[in-house]
Amino acid sequence: MNAGTGREQRVESAERGGAQAVRPRGRWLVLAPVLAIYLIVMGTSAAKILNPYWQQIIQYACIMTISALGLNVIYGYTGQFSLGHAAFYGIGAYTAAFITKSWGIGIVSFPIALAAGVAAAALVAFLIGLPILRLTSDYLGIATLGFGIIVKVLFDNADALIPSLGGSRGMTGIPHYTSFTWVFVLAIGTVLFVRNFVFSTTGRACISVRENEIAAEAIGIDTVRYKTLGFVMGCAIGGLAGGLYAHLYTFLHPMNIDFLKSIDVLLIVVIGGLGSISGTVVAACAWTLLLEGLRVILPSEILDWRLVIYPLVLIIVMLLRPQGLFGGQEFKFLRPGAKG
Amino acid sequence: MSALLSIRHLTKDFGGLRAVADFRLELNEGELVGLIGPNGAGKTTVFNLITGMIPPTSGDIDFQGRTLIGLRPYRIAHRGIARTFQNIRLFNDLSVLDNVRIAYHPYAGYGLAQAVLRTPRFRKAEDALTEAARELLAVVKLDERADDAARNLPYGDQRRLEIARALAVRPRLLLLDEPAAGMNPGEIERLMELVRRIRERFALTILLIEHQMRFVMQICERLTVMDFGEVIAEGTPQEVQANAKVVEAYLGKGPC
Repeated sequence: MNAGTGREQRVESAERGGAQAVRPRGRWLVLAPVLAIYLIVMGTSAAKILNPYWQQIIQYACIMTISALGLNVIYGYTGQFSLGHAAFYGIGAYTAAFITKSWGIGIVSFPIALAAGVAAAALVAFLIGLPILRLTSDYLGIATLGFGIIVKVLFDNADALIPSLGGSRGMTGIPHYTSFTWVFVLAIGTVLFVRNFVFSTTGRACISVRENEIAAEAIGIDTVRYKTLGFVMGCAIGGLAGGLYAHLYTFLHPMNIDFLKSIDVLLIVVIGGLGSISGTVVAACAWTLLLEGLRVILPSEILDWRLVIYPLVLIIVMLLRPQGLFGGQEFKFLRPGAKG
Repeated sequence: MSALLSIRHLTKDFGGLRAVADFRLELNEGELVGLIGPNGAGKTTVFNLITGMIPPTSGDIDFQGRTLIGLRPYRIAHRGIARTFQNIRLFNDLSVLDNVRIAYHPYAGYGLAQAVLRTPRFRKAEDALTEAARELLAVVKLDERADDAARNLPYGDQRRLEIARALAVRPRLLLLDEPAAGMNPGEIERLMELVRRIRERFALTILLIEHQMRFVMQICERLTVMDFGEVIAEGTPQEVQANAKVVEAYLGKGPC
């Protein structure tokens, strides 16, 4: 007889009795502040209290949030160390920009371009992930770093193949289309997507790979598959951020997607706390706004110290909270609502 | 009826070292068999070979009449073999509950799309597997600690959690690698009771490695003794205890 039969019956009985996971009114308590933030930004923008420069910064913060959430899926949840995140961001950016630049921009073509960027980033991540995800920790970091450099050099010389990509002179003439509504809605969407992924059996499978690969395999988790899944998903999210970025600044340069940009995202993820959505969101916004905010706050004679102050903040945070701001914890509303 | 697990001529070389040499073992449905031998005899290597963690140099391992050779460990788990580890391998940062829930992954009954969209099917399936995981925790008496991080459990509880996690795989065959290591006599008593209980309840066949002789002699119906990678004796605990070769392997050769 089958050893599992007895338990299967019990699972079924639990299904009948346990489905009363009533959602609390908490959902509205979350929606209200989200809506409030949106209306405040839109209102102050319309009333010209928020100048275009700051509007752009806020949008950039949302884009960084999306990108960092992608890396958090890869590194924070699946435990795969990547130093090449900006490359996938870049692939998404160039793909989306190429499409809108060639075919024009509109309410239809923009989402299609973004989706194409996501798909391109995912596809490349899958192909590169197959060989390199066999590596672990530092070795994987170096392999992804190498890949990032390849992608940068490729875009440096891309004009030889496709002139409209601009090569090392940069890609110009990308239509401006990214708006606060776009980035905000997509950032919220990404947060929900990542949250729903993390608190599911698929997410737990990825986390088990991070926690102990040997044990995960021994309990029936196809570790290669979930490593690849986490990597591809995270890179795809990075590609989405890239597409939004291209249509915000309307100019792309290989410098925007180089190694240092990967480090920026990595810093955000580590500072926020590996494996924390809340931490990533807070750190991405704080990082972007701090970097730009210092520009405004600091008197001009010490403005150059900006780039000293912010690494100092990083060092202090790491000394005081090595686990990151949130240390794997979440805001209450990001935890699953049903009984745990 | 043929054996549940049948190992023949199993050999594993690590470079010049023959860790397992011409190993043989037959397990029948429902048996509780002990694998014993001095340190370094190759017992854990046999477990690693059965579960596909390392490939054998030569030999056959058949489970339910089908070979396991060449399968990745996760496939072997799906076939119905679960194990615990000598050096405990839990998902330390996760809750006790999640440690077990992860192992239900193949039975979750929903995909990523349903999870992302939080469909009713997802909620139902998730509640069901949470319920099932809690029941398993109750079996090993850890239900009270479901929300604690696994790393914060005392040693003995960690061992029991590993057993619960292995049970979530819904195995036919359970491999326990030194389940009683580091336990005091009271804990060993409770562990024996637990092993008997899960064997009964889940209709398990169990193969265990153990050094605690009291545990082995009381609970195992049959023993296989290894030394230097080879099987040196087989039989009931009484037969094995009386075997001269076994005494020699454990105590060394006498002066004459």
